[in-house]
Amino acid sequence: MPKLKIEDLEKIVEQQKKTTSLRGGAGRVKITVHMGTCGISAGARKIMAEVMRCVEESGASDIIVTTSGCAGFCSREPMMTVEVIEQAPVKYVELEKKKVNKIFDEHVMKGNVVKDYALAIGSEQTL
Amino acid sequence: MSATPSKNVEGKSPVGKERDGYRMHLMLCAGTGCVSGGSYKIKDALERELAKHELTNEVAVVMTGCNGFCAQGPVMVVQPDEIFYQFISEKDIPHLVEEHMLKGRPVKKLMYTPPAEKTVVPKMSEIGFFKKQRLLALRNRGLIDPEVIEEYIARDGYKALAKVLTEMEPEEVVQEMIASGLRGRGGGGFPTGIKWKSCREAPGELKYVVCNADEGDPGAYMDRSIIEGDPHSVLEGMAIAAYAIGSSRGYIYIRHEYPLALERLKKAIADAREYGLLGKNIFDRGFDFDITIHLGAGAFVCGESTALMASMEGRPGEPRAKYIHTVEHGLWDRPTNLNNVETYANVPLIILRGVKWFTSIGTGDVTDNPWGGSKGTKVFSLVGKVHNTGLVEVPMGISLREIIFDIGGGIPNGKKFKAVQTGGPSGGVIPESLLDLPVDFDQLTKVGSMMGSGGMIVMDEDDCMVDIARYFIDFLVGESCGKCVPCREGLTQISRMLNDICSGQAQEGALELLERTCNTVESCSLCALGGSAPNPVLSTLRYFRDEYGAHVRDKKCPAGLCKDLITYYIDAEKCNGCLLCARECPQDAIEGEKKEPHKIQTDLCIKCGICRDVCNQDAVFVR
Repeated sequence: MPKLKIEDLEKIVEQQKKTTSLRGGAGRVKITVHMGTCGISAGARKIMAEVMRCVEESGASDIIVTTSGCAGFCSREPMMTVEVIEQAPVKYVELEKKKVNKIFDEHVMKGNVVKDYALAIGSEQTL
Repeated sequence: MSATPSKNVEGKSPVGKERDGYRMHLMLCAGTGCVSGGSYKIKDALERELAKHELTNEVAVVMTGCNGFCAQGPVMVVQPDEIFYQFISEKDIPHLVEEHMLKGRPVKKLMYTPPAEKTVVPKMSEIGFFKKQRLLALRNRGLIDPEVIEEYIARDGYKALAKVLTEMEPEEVVQEMIASGLRGRGGGGFPTGIKWKSCREAPGELKYVVCNADEGDPGAYMDRSIIEGDPHSVLEGMAIAAYAIGSSRGYIYIRHEYPLALERLKKAIADAREYGLLGKNIFDRGFDFDITIHLGAGAFVCGESTALMASMEGRPGEPRAKYIHTVEHGLWDRPTNLNNVETYANVPLIILRGVKWFTSIGTGDVTDNPWGGSKGTKVFSLVGKVHNTGLVEVPMGISLREIIFDIGGGIPNGKKFKAVQTGGPSGGVIPESLLDLPVDFDQLTKVGSMMGSGGMIVMDEDDCMVDIARYFIDFLVGESCGKCVPCREGLTQISRMLNDICSGQAQEGALELLERTCNTVESCSLCALGGSAPNPVLSTLRYFRDEYGAHVRDKKCPAGLCKDLITYYIDAEKCNGCLLCARECPQDAIEGEKKEPHKIQTDLCIKCGICRDVCNQDAVFVR
């Protein structure tokens, strides 16, 4: 390790940003891949891998990737939910790699919902 | 199936920068408490299961410092979901990894349920124990891996050092500390800035900065946790102190009973040296500073500043008279600034966020007088008869009630609160009538206790106050260095008197003699250890004199604890004659036929209490 200069502190802060925002739970976008038994058998893990590849490639540090159980619409798995901060969550269905790439570029990075792949905007009401 | 297959083939957890690109961090507590509960075995199990599900490239295991909720350990927080898991064991891991890490379904079975409630609380920030805490000294606890310097830097670490070196004159740093009102967290409560100022102004080229990590109060582990969880915050605080005072040599005096803290400290110092954050010409600003660790043998008296320095010089750890100030004639007769671990950990934060922010937390007004209030927070180790044992950091001015009932979750087993002991062996006991007392340096002193280093022992109706006083006095008899007569002989006499009271041999006038002896020890001892040693006796006498009276006059122990003053009985109406106590009694002192009420033969009974513990009918009682 070389001796640090004052500017280097800021560089390390930048390098670590993904870790910091992950642990602070403060992301700009949250991507949830649905990993029920149905989702996994329909290929959700490949979708997860692709999402993580996209995040890594983009270099963004404000995207949180997480999993959740079955979304209840088993026939249209694999599914994922994209939630941009302060906007309604969008559920995407019948995913494949190419669709993930497009959703990532358009919705996650630019904020435009990809209507063609979306099931619905918003979530079910709870309570 | 994995994101970048080449990244992690062996299934080992990533370290430091390698943690980029993981979607989930499992923040597993590796403080001393959780480690003894099996943290590292759990880590191995997690890695094994993650590998089995091919999740090693998605989910990282991170070992953190003490998370504070030691009663529920081993604990783990899953980020980014912020799910809090407790009492984890190796056998839970396969299910946990499959359900939560793979399928995203948090496992309720391992979540926290508040006492007297039925539903679990999944998120850490919603658990009462964490909700009321305000983390300053422990700002990075559970959020960083203490062994990775980059993670400390990522959370603004060493920025305060950079700031003082580039933007502030040493005098300005001293002024800032005085204005902040920060007071010594080791127990004395002396304003840190004033100490720095005296040391800076003391004549002499060579000056020392020393960190007191010789935490000796029974039941206290604040400093250990800070070092284990965030060692760099202490190093940075010391470096800032050194710059302000004009010193280039630092020492950390730590007891050898803290092996994990020591290991992390060593690694932190080595990493800081590698990065040039310790050593020559730090940040190219012409400031040199390095730190050496000094191992202590673990003597309570070595927490006293002059005894600590004597011990560092290789002499017996004995204090000297206070009128020779260590800021002028300290270690090797040089000007020396000694602060406690928690004090140093606060320093970088005050520099970065400013006096205005820091003084907005706490009590009183320190604008013109650093003694005018207690600013910031204090870390307490909350132990004893309380649900949520653990390490808590709270703003000054919070009430004892909030700490014990809201954070601590109240008293277990439906028992009644009796008293709380603060300040360790030098502190005192505070009764229920003062539960709404705001906790700060001056308020605690006013009621006959003290802040001390932050031990807080909660007691319930089964605790005998005379016995508590005797426990602390016996501890101090063993720890007194023996240099001055009032402490050495006085404490021995006090201990003898307390033993007489507990065994029913005390005569009329015993309490007056006890009080007089305490006052003599208090006013005539050489150092603060002796000077504050009678506090446990004086404070229990002040608030629980009736209980002492019952021992002396009636030869009874109201709490039913002092063996010589109690007799065990069986309630004939409650006893169903199950024979359980008779079988367990080591003295065969219980007689009675099956399904007939039993009776204890008091002449054989050794009052071990086993019969009461095993009775299902609650039929055994003491009088």
